Amino acid sequence: MSVAVAELATRSRVHYLNESYGIKSWLLTTDHKRIGLLYLVSITFMFFIAAVAALLIRIQLLEPNGAIVQPETYNRLFSIHGIIMVWFFLIPSIPAVLGNFLIPMMIGARDVAFPKLNLLSWYIYIIGAFFELYVVIYGGVDTGWTFYTPYSSTYANGHVFAAAAGIFIVGFSSIITGLNFIVTIHKMRAPGMTWFRLPLFIWAMYATSIILVLATPDLAMTLGLMAAERFLGVGIFNPALGGDPVLFQHLFWFYSHPAVYIMVLPAMGVVTELIAAYSRHRVYGYGFVAFSSFGIALLGFLVWGHHMFVSGQSVYAGMIFSALSFLVAIPSGIKVFNWTATLYKGSNSYDAPMLYALGFIGLFVIGGLTGLFLASLSTDVQVHDTYFVIAHFHYIMVGGAVTAYMGGLHYWWPKITGRLYPDKWARLAALIIFVGFNVTFFPQYVLGYMGMPRRYPIYPPQFQWLNVASSAGATILGIGYLIPFVYLIWSMRYGPEAGPNPWHVKGLEWQTPSPPPRENFEETPIVTEEAYAYPTRPRGSARV
Amino acid sequence: MKADAHIVPVKIYLGTFVALVVLALATTGIAYLNLGIWNTVIALVIAVTKALLVILFFMHAYYNKGLTRVVFSVAIIWLTILIVLSSTDVFTRSWTPVPRSWAPDIALHQSHK
Amino acid sequence: MSEAAIKQAGRPILEEHFADLPAQEEARKLGMWVFLVTEVLFFGGLFTGYTIYRELYFYGFEQGSHLIEVKWGAINTLVLIVSSFTMAVAIRTAQVGKRSFVTISLLLTTALLGVLFLFIKLYFEWFHDYKEGLFPGVHWDYHGPFAAHVQLFFVFYYFMTGLHAIHVIIGVGLMFALAYLTWRGRFSPRYYSPLEVAGLYWHFVDIVWIFLFPLLYLIGGRS
Repeated sequence: MSVAVAELATRSRVHYLNESYGIKSWLLTTDHKRIGLLYLVSITFMFFIAAVAALLIRIQLLEPNGAIVQPETYNRLFSIHGIIMVWFFLIPSIPAVLGNFLIPMMIGARDVAFPKLNLLSWYIYIIGAFFELYVVIYGGVDTGWTFYTPYSSTYANGHVFAAAAGIFIVGFSSIITGLNFIVTIHKMRAPGMTWFRLPLFIWAMYATSIILVLATPDLAMTLGLMAAERFLGVGIFNPALGGDPVLFQHLFWFYSHPAVYIMVLPAMGVVTELIAAYSRHRVYGYGFVAFSSFGIALLGFLVWGHHMFVSGQSVYAGMIFSALSFLVAIPSGIKVFNWTATLYKGSNSYDAPMLYALGFIGLFVIGGLTGLFLASLSTDVQVHDTYFVIAHFHYIMVGGAVTAYMGGLHYWWPKITGRLYPDKWARLAALIIFVGFNVTFFPQYVLGYMGMPRRYPIYPPQFQWLNVASSAGATILGIGYLIPFVYLIWSMRYGPEAGPNPWHVKGLEWQTPSPPPRENFEETPIVTEEAYAYPTRPRGSARV
Repeated sequence: MKADAHIVPVKIYLGTFVALVVLALATTGIAYLNLGIWNTVIALVIAVTKALLVILFFMHAYYNKGLTRVVFSVAIIWLTILIVLSSTDVFTRSWTPVPRSWAPDIALHQSHK
Repeated sequence: MSEAAIKQAGRPILEEHFADLPAQEEARKLGMWVFLVTEVLFFGGLFTGYTIYRELYFYGFEQGSHLIEVKWGAINTLVLIVSSFTMAVAIRTAQVGKRSFVTISLLLTTALLGVLFLFIKLYFEWFHDYKEGLFPGVHWDYHGPFAAHVQLFFVFYYFMTGLHAIHVIIGVGLMFALAYLTWRGRFSPRYYSPLEVAGLYWHFVDIVWIFLFPLLYLIGGRS
């Protein structure tokens, strides 16, 4: 079918993108699909700002005594990079973009439980983002994304209050999203959609929502207390006035550790969907994968002290947190085994989303294993606050979460836009990203182990070649991320029409046209089969 | 799921109200006795009882079995995790012997009881 | 008549995206319970800090507690208990279809009790403490032993009661809004979830105070 006829066919059908036009129809929408797209545009914008900060950091680190930026400025660069990437990109990424778009569709509902609250959550995100952009424009903040006291509350000179306000505000966006998802998943499933017929992405999002709801309010209070101390000059966390700075760290990490599971659980949910789809296989051990999401959510709340082993925290508490941190690796491991078993003897095809999913598994395993180094009290003393930690969390958050986000974006792109992207470019970009990522971050493990501290703008000369390699990798990675930006936008106008189910996979979201109508389904679906009900096929038969 | 249409009789509300007032007066009165550590224990027991009365009868948790109870139990459990696990740090720091020269700084943290 | 077509006070009672009315009412209540969980964790940070510092600095906290008056805290406790009772009964009157005048009176009584609570707190407590020089960061004039710890007590006292007061203000606003909607005929035995949901919120506000009162006002014996 020629492109023109395809456009005509898409145009003649009414769907969520063309059912109304104009800026008001987008800014006042309560359609979860449009809200997902509003988030997509917003977080992509914030991503680029934080990526520029990262670029400047890597340029500074090309030379051991590089003077691209002043040390003060360097502090502000890594702070704003962390703040924006964590709160304004990663945490909303899969939940607010893919979760908003897909959850109602996957459960056979017409929308989320509270569509107006959903729109409000996006506006709250935007207000928070404005505070943070104000901080970026007016000189930044230099406390690190962690805002440790008493530096942040008493001595820091940047825009601490505005930065904390932006994060406080955007936290409510997260809370509302989580609340909406919990109620939606409980109360709006289509007839026949029992809990154990749900796609595993829904289980992962439900577990994520529990974390969002339980952890985020604590962050709000922690930042509030820090701001009160700064504003009133009182001594909540200031030892000179009887306060305990480690208390701040307890309150901060009680949120921030579960926060990393907010970032990785949805990614695992996406990966499960991708593996099932591209191996045309039921997920091996559905129950294990479902419950491991809850295991991660629960255990993730019990381990926060592993960020504080060298802070002055008591050794006994340290031992408890270390033991619990080892435990939390188990449910993650369970998922990896289940993915591998699903792939085994599957009818595997290696389209771009599958490449991202496979990349996730490898990079997440490396990142996760290095987490165990950090969970052990003694090795952590050596590598705490070094590049080893930085490499560890970037493997999980970039090699893991961002990779899965890219995979999911590609996989569901035809559903969201009704268009197919060019697969060859997509696979090329996935490979470039994978190579660039490893060249950027693997050297950082070595650097950290050899003792290069984090958050320093200069380093001993013997570390230079690894830093140069890392910066070179960052360039490759940057190019890798720009390529999809180009072809995905291109595909919205020139890509071939996708049809309802271009990948020929199971799932309620694929039973409706692409792009979907406003109410998602012409009639409420009635679910009669298990999730991933692919036919089991004899060994050696060809892919459908 | 069926909507809960239970209508709670006024006398249950009245009974709960009276119990809450009695307990409020009790906790205030007991505070004027000098019972050492028991002041705190009794006050917390009374507070928890009052909270349960409000949750079960005013908020209908007694009548909405299942999900409602799971939800507020989760809140209590998580709050407990936050307080208890943070406390294990603060209150076991002194268990580890510290060098003699650090002793003056420790005095700041010791309370007079 | 199908549920989707029923209107009260000119607007449909069933929102489009819900399958039926029971689903909507259940969803709204669950939504409020989940919101209350977030509120527990929100106050939780304050309770954690309070617990740790009270244990570490018991003497200072005891002194601080003795500087605030039990009688106002006790009166406010009773005020909120009565308001929870009137709120519960207000919802019941809508459930059984009493005349809206009854529901409105009870809602307004709840609201006015909330206003009374705020007045007592702001005027008899906070304003009084401010004049005495017990307001950290703004007017602090206490020079007794362990003044730093007493100040820490007051920081938590104002933060916890202040945050609670903000929630009371929001609750009072909700009561007035609901009284207006009741007057417009929005609620009936068939549809009253906004009242229930606001009731849950108000009871939560009461519960927070139930804990704040002994923890802040009743530290140590006062014989």
